[in-house]
Amino acid sequence: MMRLPYFRYLAPRTVREAAEMLAANPRDAMLVAGGTDVLPNMKRRQQVPGTLVGLRQVAELKGITNGDGLCIGAGLTLTELVGYLKIPGPYAALRQAAVQVATPHLRNVGTLGGNLCLDTRCNYYDQNYEWRKAIDFCMKKDGKTCWVATSSPKCLAVSSTDTAPALLALGATITLVSAEKTRAMALADLYRNDGIHYLTRQPTEVLTAIDVPRLDGWRSTYWKLRRRGSFDFPVLSVAAALKLAPDGSVEAARIVLGAVASQPIEASAAAASLVGERLTDEAIARAGELAAVPARPMDNTDFTLAWRKHVTRDFVTYALRELRGDDMSKLRLSVARQLV
Amino acid sequence: MNDTKLHLIGKPRRRVDGRAKVTGQTKFADDIMLPRMLHCKLLRSSVPHARIVRIDATRALAHPGVHLALTGKDFKVPYGILPVSQDEYPLEPTHVRFVGDPVAAVIARDELTAFEALDLIEVEYEPLRTFSTPEESLEHEDPRIHEYGNQGNIHKAVSLGFGDVEKAFAGADEVFEDTFFYQGNTHLAIEQHAAVAAKDPDGKLVLWSSTQVPHYVHRALARALEMRAAHIRVVAMPNGGGFGGKCDPFNHEIVVCKAALLLDRPVKICLTREEVFYCHRGRHPVLMRFKTGVKRDGTITGVHLKTVLDGGAYGSYGVVSTFYTGALQTLTYHIPTYKFEGCRVFTNKPPCGPKRGHGTPQGRFGQEVQLDKIAEKLAIDPAELRLRIVEKPDTLTANYLQVSTTGLAECIRRVVAASDWRNRFRKLPRGRGLGLACSSYMSGAGLPIYYNEMPHSGVQLKLDRSGGVAAFCGATEIGQGSDDVLVGCVAEILGIDPMDIRSVTGDTDLTPVDLGSYSSRVTLMMGNAAIQAAERAREFLAEGVSRKLEVPKGRLVFAERRVFDAEDPAKGVSFSEAVCLAEAIFGTLGTTGSYTPPKAVARFKGSGAGPSPTYSYSAAVVEVEVNASTGWIQVTRVWIAHDIGRALNPTLARGQVEGSVYMGLGEALMEEQEFRRLPKRLSHALVHKFPSILEYKSPTALDMPEVITELVEHPDPSGPFGAKEVGQGPLLPVMPAVANAVYDAIGVRIDEVPITPEKIIKALEAKAAGKPARYGPAHFPDVPWPETLQVPPPWEGGDGKAINAPPRPSKELARKSHAPEVVQS
Repeated sequence: MMRLPYFRYLAPRTVREAAEMLAANPRDAMLVAGGTDVLPNMKRRQQVPGTLVGLRQVAELKGITNGDGLCIGAGLTLTELVGYLKIPGPYAALRQAAVQVATPHLRNVGTLGGNLCLDTRCNYYDQNYEWRKAIDFCMKKDGKTCWVATSSPKCLAVSSTDTAPALLALGATITLVSAEKTRAMALADLYRNDGIHYLTRQPTEVLTAIDVPRLDGWRSTYWKLRRRGSFDFPVLSVAAALKLAPDGSVEAARIVLGAVASQPIEASAAAASLVGERLTDEAIARAGELAAVPARPMDNTDFTLAWRKHVTRDFVTYALRELRGDDMSKLRLSVARQLV
Repeated sequence: MNDTKLHLIGKPRRRVDGRAKVTGQTKFADDIMLPRMLHCKLLRSSVPHARIVRIDATRALAHPGVHLALTGKDFKVPYGILPVSQDEYPLEPTHVRFVGDPVAAVIARDELTAFEALDLIEVEYEPLRTFSTPEESLEHEDPRIHEYGNQGNIHKAVSLGFGDVEKAFAGADEVFEDTFFYQGNTHLAIEQHAAVAAKDPDGKLVLWSSTQVPHYVHRALARALEMRAAHIRVVAMPNGGGFGGKCDPFNHEIVVCKAALLLDRPVKICLTREEVFYCHRGRHPVLMRFKTGVKRDGTITGVHLKTVLDGGAYGSYGVVSTFYTGALQTLTYHIPTYKFEGCRVFTNKPPCGPKRGHGTPQGRFGQEVQLDKIAEKLAIDPAELRLRIVEKPDTLTANYLQVSTTGLAECIRRVVAASDWRNRFRKLPRGRGLGLACSSYMSGAGLPIYYNEMPHSGVQLKLDRSGGVAAFCGATEIGQGSDDVLVGCVAEILGIDPMDIRSVTGDTDLTPVDLGSYSSRVTLMMGNAAIQAAERAREFLAEGVSRKLEVPKGRLVFAERRVFDAEDPAKGVSFSEAVCLAEAIFGTLGTTGSYTPPKAVARFKGSGAGPSPTYSYSAAVVEVEVNASTGWIQVTRVWIAHDIGRALNPTLARGQVEGSVYMGLGEALMEEQEFRRLPKRLSHALVHKFPSILEYKSPTALDMPEVITELVEHPDPSGPFGAKEVGQGPLLPVMPAVANAVYDAIGVRIDEVPITPEKIIKALEAKAAGKPARYGPAHFPDVPWPETLQVPPPWEGGDGKAINAPPRPSKELARKSHAPEVVQS
């Protein structure tokens, strides 16, 4: 089997300790929570930190509170999060996203914070050392060229997190803690459309908490495209959240696409087109067309890029029809192979 | 033996190895840990096609913790599974042929150390032209990937004619011509190949390996290591899935043996998933052209099939695979004239070989999809059409395959009834559809891989005074349940419980030869050998009991761990007492049994692929839902009926059928052994697109539909208790049935697998644009076919020999040369 390289493992008990350990090893250390992303990457030598700062014993990252909105510790496992979100409500999209990450085994150890910081993915990058050597590596690790588009000045690896589009649609904010300071920001500001520098998080910062505002009157949903009913990362995802007025017209809307760029993409024009409208078939179809415009899938994931682009409007339509109240269970079963 | 006397056979039972498997106690090759054991890693070529100019492992050898570094110069003798394709070296000395071809090995104290040292080996390559497709290989003769083969980069081209197909087409009411493509795919066994080699205390070599063919590995080791076979022991560990992927002797097996001999320490290797993709030997990508003539009533007048196989970088079973793309077409429906042309080319990709169904799924896909088109054109229901033309029992086909029993018609009737076909086919709303397809497969290859006249399977029994029985056989448990079949057959004859029997299998020192777990041969061949051995043992016991009880032997019944008088069941002895009685008379009790398949009728060159003691038959109906906007496909139900002769243990048989459906749906819908060629101006690279179990897509449990399995049981005279194969046949109808169901659902033909949503959308777009409503290959390449070997079919007075053939080499000559002209498998 593939073996991990040697590394030093540090086990802080508090966020403060963790932040100090990162500060002491700014170039060499990485955080590990569930390890389902970084450890396979280390086996393939995509990431070779000399030090791993393990967060599993940091109790303060594992809380979840429901006061004015939701405050979720970044160290909560996806299974724990799904268990907490059992009751349907405005946060449905988050539950649906979390429950479709990878497999039950991986969700049992993988954390919400880990999924939000998931390394961007690409068929030319998520390969072992020998394979990458055979293509003379790529710009994301050890090489110069982006093989997805050889003239591209930047890396085109794909944002493949399920939970980020859902949380963006819900308007989440996050907290980052370093040895020097604590800062809060909109989750949207965490991401950049660059396959290498895809996070604005500093290497010395710990993502500690995710806050979702109180969303009375909102409803949300998450649709994920992947080849199979389990395991696979999304190759397109649609998170949508709507606030409906008593007369059924849309008061506010957010539509976020995942896995179509190096960061989640907000389909603002599509969302704006819904505001003030009732969710008629025409309004939904128009939003679907508009949402597909910013989707820029590349040839570096499963399925062909033309087809992924082609079905974007279908998936946006599914999400909006579900929010309208249509019974989408049959379609959901066909697409997701399970009811989520 | 008749039905009423069977106590155990035919009843669903828990398999004898089930407990160990589900509790995690089965020891696989990677579970072996020996004192002082070292670990091996292979350095694999990072270029697709090149000469090795220089290779230097000095720095690796100096790395702390490294005990040995091997390169091509340490191995002098090539090897390969077929006598005609001895084209592999354990480590390639001069010429690498694909990314993943091993060139050096490091043996170190642990895997990490070995891995790190690999990077210290310096290899200088001189790149050669890369061949990524069969078309490129057909176009350019130079540089040759191998110095042998038909010509240029054509490994093998064959042409066989059984009757005059041109005349048959002229006499047909309709002639159909279709081109199909079947994408390559891999076995994806959960267990990655692992092997441990060590010297015995007495200095002999032992190899424990995840192999389906310990006997062939044994022979390859003797050859490649230039050692006496008697000083080598190969132990096949239970395989965590095989499917044909562990049917070749592998470079890593030979390398760890060499290292263990040199170091006198145990050496282990466990391949990574990536390396398993490089070992491959999976399904050949096949481009095929079917030309079929039919009468208005559906009667077939003739079939002309042409195939081109993308073989990858080595021979493997390829010559046989080539014949198999055209060998079994004649078994299902009556085909009075048949012409087959097949061509395998080398390319710079991992070698293809035998995967479940070996060469047959590709041709079967084209045949069954074309038959669906024919039925539509002739306005005959596809089930009805097939029922009209099914081949009759006890028939010699145009290409001289002996059909004995066939339950195909009943299989069709069963799935038609179960799926409510008559009320639903072509009558479901748009987006939902049903498709039907049939198939047939061998119950064991009639010929061994190397020429010999010895049995294909041997079983040895040892009977113990305690009442315990040990059954020894070279067959390999690869998850299919062969250990259970072995003890089940013996237990039935001796009237004891399967759990009373210890099976010892797959060990070249301890067990008699069985050729291996491939070609669906084990149940039939090992089963017959086991029955013979058990009947001989029963004879001894009967003699002892008969003398003691003074009851004629013919009246004794062996059942419920007793031997008793049929006319007075109370009068009897326990089984263990019977053993003691017999041992007192005959001395230590042991028997053997063996099985040799009947001689094939066919006598033409190339007739080695296809003959079998008997053939299984299957029919499947698949129901799909297809989304017209996205092309998304969901298989909602599969009905499958399989003519198994008799299910020895229906639990196992159903598992094989359902597993076949699972694998078939993977091939039909998603599995692809795909490659990436980087832009030529920037890179020479040609790499497997995703050698990973995550990105190589294979269905999960959630993607499986409901499967309704029907076993059709009419005992076949050549099978043990009437049993035929079930391990491979039920896979075959699944892929074409999916394609036919997609057409019924949405009105477009996808003439290739996998059938993906993208292809459906493209076909729908073509249809909307007024083009043919299909997605699939348009062209078939020009191939320099050899002169057709003309073999008149039986009904034209043929005797199985070619009428324009050069004389065959005599058997004496074939034995001496070790490389017979005749193709065997």
